[in-house]
Amino acid sequence: MNLKERIIEGLLFLCAAVCVLTTVGIIAVLLFQTIEFFSEVPFSDFITDTQWTPLFADKHFGILPLLTGTLLTTLVALIIAIPLGLSIAIYLSEYASKQLRGYIKPMLEILASVPTVVYGFFALTVVTPLLQHIIPGLAGFNAISPGIVMGIMIVPFVSSLSEDAMYAVPNSMREASFALGASKFQTALKVIVPAASSGIMVSVILGFSRAVGETMIVALAAGQQPRLTLDPRVPIETITNYIVQVSMGDVPRASLEYKTIFAAGLTLFVITFVLNNISYFIRKKYRAQYE
Amino acid sequence: MNNERAKTLKDNIFKGWAIFATSVGMIMLAVLLIKIGMDGLHRISLDFFTALPSRKFEKAGILTAWAGTLWIMVTTALFAIPIGVGAGLYLEEYAKKSRWSSMLEINISNLAGVPSIIYGLLGLEVFVRFLHLGESILSGSLTLALLIMPIVIVSTREAIKTVPNTLREASYALGASKWQTVWMQVLPASAGGIMTGIILALSRAIGETAPLIVVGALTYVPFVPKSVFSSFTVLPIQIYNWASRPEAGFAVNAAAAIIVLMSITFLMNGSAVYLRNRWQKNVRW
Repeated sequence: MNLKERIIEGLLFLCAAVCVLTTVGIIAVLLFQTIEFFSEVPFSDFITDTQWTPLFADKHFGILPLLTGTLLTTLVALIIAIPLGLSIAIYLSEYASKQLRGYIKPMLEILASVPTVVYGFFALTVVTPLLQHIIPGLAGFNAISPGIVMGIMIVPFVSSLSEDAMYAVPNSMREASFALGASKFQTALKVIVPAASSGIMVSVILGFSRAVGETMIVALAAGQQPRLTLDPRVPIETITNYIVQVSMGDVPRASLEYKTIFAAGLTLFVITFVLNNISYFIRKKYRAQYE
Repeated sequence: MNNERAKTLKDNIFKGWAIFATSVGMIMLAVLLIKIGMDGLHRISLDFFTALPSRKFEKAGILTAWAGTLWIMVTTALFAIPIGVGAGLYLEEYAKKSRWSSMLEINISNLAGVPSIIYGLLGLEVFVRFLHLGESILSGSLTLALLIMPIVIVSTREAIKTVPNTLREASYALGASKWQTVWMQVLPASAGGIMTGIILALSRAIGETAPLIVVGALTYVPFVPKSVFSSFTVLPIQIYNWASRPEAGFAVNAAAAIIVLMSITFLMNGSAVYLRNRWQKNVRW
């Protein structure tokens, strides 16, 4: 092999190495600042204190309110996205003609391509006022409205991955079910869904991870009041929203407030990292199931 | 026989529900488009594109925002395309199946799942502070380039996978080297798919707000960026800023800016789909 070829291979290798460096960089940056953070705030306060008020005079550093805020909006999103996404997946895989699939799939993809700040605007100016007519006592900022919009946004993620899994179930299983007198719906529910369960699980986990990390919808419509509550009608704050709030303000570098966004960021990263890896290993393990 | 009828009924009920489920998203999209159209369309004029931001909503425009978006898009593309395509080429054509390459694969799939705001924290520490690039276009675009890298790599690999081995073997048989084969056969043959992926990735970058806020893009920029070291704002941040103000006049501005932003993303996504279809039709093998 001559020199030129080697140099080129080396350069391409460096390109691939950028990805590894990105991961290393993310972990290093988050860890470094978080360790600094914990040199000033005891870890026990971080996980047990029920208040998060780093920007006030009376400072508390309990991550729980941000965590419940994040999980609350995510829960609302999943309550919307899972039934809708799975129904669409069953319909496209078991009922719809090939032609119809060809039309519906790209249309659903459009939902995923709309910038999230646009969804945030929509949640704030359309969905919240609409819900206020239906739900009494709903505040102008709340967890329901951004949760619902987020849920519809992640429908394409859930539906396309589950549909792939259902479509991959071999026809012989469908035919066996039909031969026993089962209807299409019975076959879908009792044969196809169980057979495709690993793929469906992956799609739900990825939807979960997506909702946890979503930022602009909650930044516009959920409020900025970290509080430990499971009431979806009142203003809350999510982890992502807190990071945005601090970044928009003038927080001095190297201050404790500045370090809080990295501690919050690391919490978020750990959650999504665990979820993504679970889904990756489920996918790897069951990939060859019907091949 | 009753049993049969119940089964058919259930089947039909599910069908109706599924069609409803499919249309929920479409209905929301339609309401969204009508809403921003009614709110914002009358606000769009030449002045809106050429006016600087202002505290008075009727005077405010998006000049600095779209100029910033353009700067960010071009510089992000300059970083993301060569590195992303290069990494895809390495993984498909050069890397041997080993522990290292499977680790790279897990790594890329992980990066694709990292929330965008975390990339913002990375950019803030590494580009803004450690490399002293400041809260500049350069910092912002490097951050976004890392963010869309997994998309570019994955679509490059998918496109390269469709190139049949016979093409490579024919090239080698004529005495071409590995790189000559990759550069003159594999890349041109997969260019359509790679381009589609690049456009989709860039359209994602244009809509990103959170990482740029974290990196330190400003909400009020009274000048058009002059170089990659200028501070900047982008359309989504301008929209966020306007949408979070209580005055109704700013909501109108936000709707108008959304029309501009969504026209750009739809145009890019549309051209990506068009390119993909054309490319798939032109495949010669």
